Amino acid sequence: MTTAPERPAAAATAPAPPVLRAVDVTKVYGGTQALKGVSLDIAPGRVTVLFGENGAGKSTLMKILSGVEQPTTGRVELDGRPVVFGSAREAADLGVSIIHQELSLCPNLNIQDNLFLGRERTRGGVLLDGSAERSLAAAVLRRLDGTLDPGLPVGDLRLGQQQLVEIARALLQDARILIMDEPTSALSAPEVEVLFQVIRELTAEGVAIIYISHHLEEALDIADDVAVLRDGAMVATAAAADVDLAWVVRTMVGREQDDLFPERDPHPGPVALEVDGLSVADPANPDRLAVDDVSFTIRAGETVGIYGLMGSGRTELLECLAGRLAAVAGQVRLHGEPVTGSIRQRIGAGLVLVPEDRQRDGLVQTMSVGQNLSLAALTRFLRGLLVNRGAERAAVTSMIGDVTVKAAGPDAPIGSLSGGNQQKVVIGRALMTDPRVLLLDEPSRGVDVAAKADVFELMARQAERGLAVLFTTSETEEALNIPDRLLVLVRGRLVADLRAGEITRDRLMSLADGADLQQGA
Amino acid sequence: MTDTLTHDHATAARRHRQAAAEARRLKTLNAIFELRAFIALGVLIVVFSLLSDSFLTVDNLITMTKHVAINAVLALGMLLVILKGGIDLSVGSIVGLSGVVAGELLQGVHLGSFGVIAYPPVWAVVVLCIAVGTLVGTVNGILVTRFNVAPFIATLGMLYVARGAALLISNGATYPDLAGDPATGNTGFGWIGSGRPLGLPVAIWIMIILAAAVALLLRSTPFGRWLYATGGNERATELTGVPVRRVKTVVYMVSGACAAMAGVIIASELTSAAPQAGDSYELNAIAAVVIGGAALSGGRGNVRGTLVGAFVIGFLADGLVILGVSTFWQIFIKGTVIVVAVILDQSQQRFQRRRATVSAVAVATTDGAAGAAAEEPAEAGGPREADDPADAPAKTT
Repeated sequence: MTTAPERPAAAATAPAPPVLRAVDVTKVYGGTQALKGVSLDIAPGRVTVLFGENGAGKSTLMKILSGVEQPTTGRVELDGRPVVFGSAREAADLGVSIIHQELSLCPNLNIQDNLFLGRERTRGGVLLDGSAERSLAAAVLRRLDGTLDPGLPVGDLRLGQQQLVEIARALLQDARILIMDEPTSALSAPEVEVLFQVIRELTAEGVAIIYISHHLEEALDIADDVAVLRDGAMVATAAAADVDLAWVVRTMVGREQDDLFPERDPHPGPVALEVDGLSVADPANPDRLAVDDVSFTIRAGETVGIYGLMGSGRTELLECLAGRLAAVAGQVRLHGEPVTGSIRQRIGAGLVLVPEDRQRDGLVQTMSVGQNLSLAALTRFLRGLLVNRGAERAAVTSMIGDVTVKAAGPDAPIGSLSGGNQQKVVIGRALMTDPRVLLLDEPSRGVDVAAKADVFELMARQAERGLAVLFTTSETEEALNIPDRLLVLVRGRLVADLRAGEITRDRLMSLADGADLQQGA
Repeated sequence: MTDTLTHDHATAARRHRQAAAEARRLKTLNAIFELRAFIALGVLIVVFSLLSDSFLTVDNLITMTKHVAINAVLALGMLLVILKGGIDLSVGSIVGLSGVVAGELLQGVHLGSFGVIAYPPVWAVVVLCIAVGTLVGTVNGILVTRFNVAPFIATLGMLYVARGAALLISNGATYPDLAGDPATGNTGFGWIGSGRPLGLPVAIWIMIILAAAVALLLRSTPFGRWLYATGGNERATELTGVPVRRVKTVVYMVSGACAAMAGVIIASELTSAAPQAGDSYELNAIAAVVIGGAALSGGRGNVRGTLVGAFVIGFLADGLVILGVSTFWQIFIKGTVIVVAVILDQSQQRFQRRRATVSAVAVATTDGAAGAAAEEPAEAGGPREADDPADAPAKTT
């Protein structure tokens, strides 16, 4: 990939005192402990990379360091003195800025207005100083990308460009400590290179960078120091020079890969799902295709992965199959029968989706575990016009056991469960509809390691029972280890359909990168 | 080594005890929060009884409950809409429209081409009134689900449309006599307002039967569960294959039907129908639902709370009248009660989040002491404490 410019000489000498420290930080959300007594030192002029799997607590720790959230216990120290950031704004005023994983731009405003949102330049404190904003905006955009005009509406930008705007906003705040949470998830390779150049310039000026990325190699490239979080605890810190990729993976996962991923013994049956020339418009930008002429088949008993990054169209593909998004072209057949109609009809036909965003699309937070589980299958428990609550409860209780949800019982509020158990509830709900094809969008997102193994095991068991299982992932390790077949999706196009034996890390990387370069040119 | 271990254990145990005590204290406070509407009603009754001899008499209680019944019927329909996360501003106008339709029908329908006047029987009048209310509700539902009009705007529009229709039909005049005529066989409309089967006014029976029906609907039918789910998270509910649009349309239809029923009761009690009847009643209904602990954001609320809310508003209004408090003060006090109710509700929400956190911390400290890596709070009973009736609507309705 990219070659990092030479590391500053200071790296070799004794490290400067930390500018920012987390000391014994704990964070509890509802019933879930996201961080368990985490401490971390951030040195000035260096890039500290934070590794950890989905749900390890990286984003939570970053939110605390940047004042977005307050720790439940423990403290944050800035320049050796304890500080309490009341808000992200206070933290930014003290020199700590964050580039969020989720983009936080207003699509109805232009780039310039977004860049200065909340810290507008004014004349006499009343009127906006448009020309000053414009020249500052133009300068920072030139540094990142020669082509962006500050007057363009953000809604018209593609995801990668929006990410650059997000980065530009942080740069404008003259931060001393800059937190980047997945800054490259939608960037093309050349854009990543430019970003790394900017990061090096910043560290040379003494800015401390905290960097989080799914791309382990890329992150290791830019790292001076590394820290590894696992299940909310800090398990290791080291100088980047002393570690390699294998160490990072081992430390992140905390156990041998074999334990995490189930044994595979596929017995593919007849074709269950056929997708033929499917195209789906981007819901955010209907002129663009999110899924572009994708064709594949899945057999019963097969587990198929879709490897794709943010904006690759993986979510749109699954949502179209499940009936939430309409296709602009193409056909879908389930056991030979064309699939059309509403979500309800498709669930009836045996096609059900476990959505990516559990909180937004999966769970009803105001209801109990049992009510969430039975929601999709409620009409199966009818006695006359009323729900037979005994039958419902029995089915729910048995499903809680099947998908190994750890809960006080069916009546426990859904918010009291950890992320992993909430995910099992969403999967259990899908299974209660007796599906023939199970679609899972990023099933390991926000799930702790132990529950992750359970989720994968659950998927494998469904495949053994003869279900066709289709899931998406942006984690290389999962793409390498779980599926019987892997489809690689890059910017809406299917670029590869690999059998288990053909999948290698290098191949995956080059596939994703090659397509990126084409797009970036 | 051993010393430090023992010390750590002692510290951890103490921290755990503190957290547990805190959790217990919060639980007690939560129970008080939970019953606040009942407590408010109890306080009202006690205070008014002390201030006035005529308040706590059987006759007065029945009269007040009869007043409450009208608002309760409206509020039960409103509860369904609010559970969905919507709002129905058109119910007050539907009350007026329904009364006018009853007046028009009882006066006799001119069948122009035949030169005859038809007099529909009273039961048909009531059915037609409710049908008209349901129709207005259906329009609300279609506007919200098919045309994506915000519920506030859609029902605000229908507020004017329905009121306009009532004024057009009646030409702005009141129908002075709904008693009917034995000669035309349409007498008996007044019974709805004045009848007393088993000693209770018909309006109260309607309230009781409707409340039981809505409670059953919410508690024991798929529709009820779907409604709570839609209000809690519409996107997620839609993805599970629940016919969300149908659920949303039906709640407006039911709300319209309830409003029409209220209109019939009022017209019958007065044996006259004014097109202006029910003006601003939608606000009383919303207030009752909110005082009853429902969230305007949807997904949380129940029949019991809504009824208590309707009683609080009704008893407060009548009690102030009995005490001779000026109308201006009555309005002022009603507004204050609504605001206080919502503030209390917000505090309760904050409270529940804090309780969940306290429980989890208690678990975390035990984990630390045991050196165990158990991260599932569910195993240590934390969620049991956090298990709250307000979060599990189907249990409490």
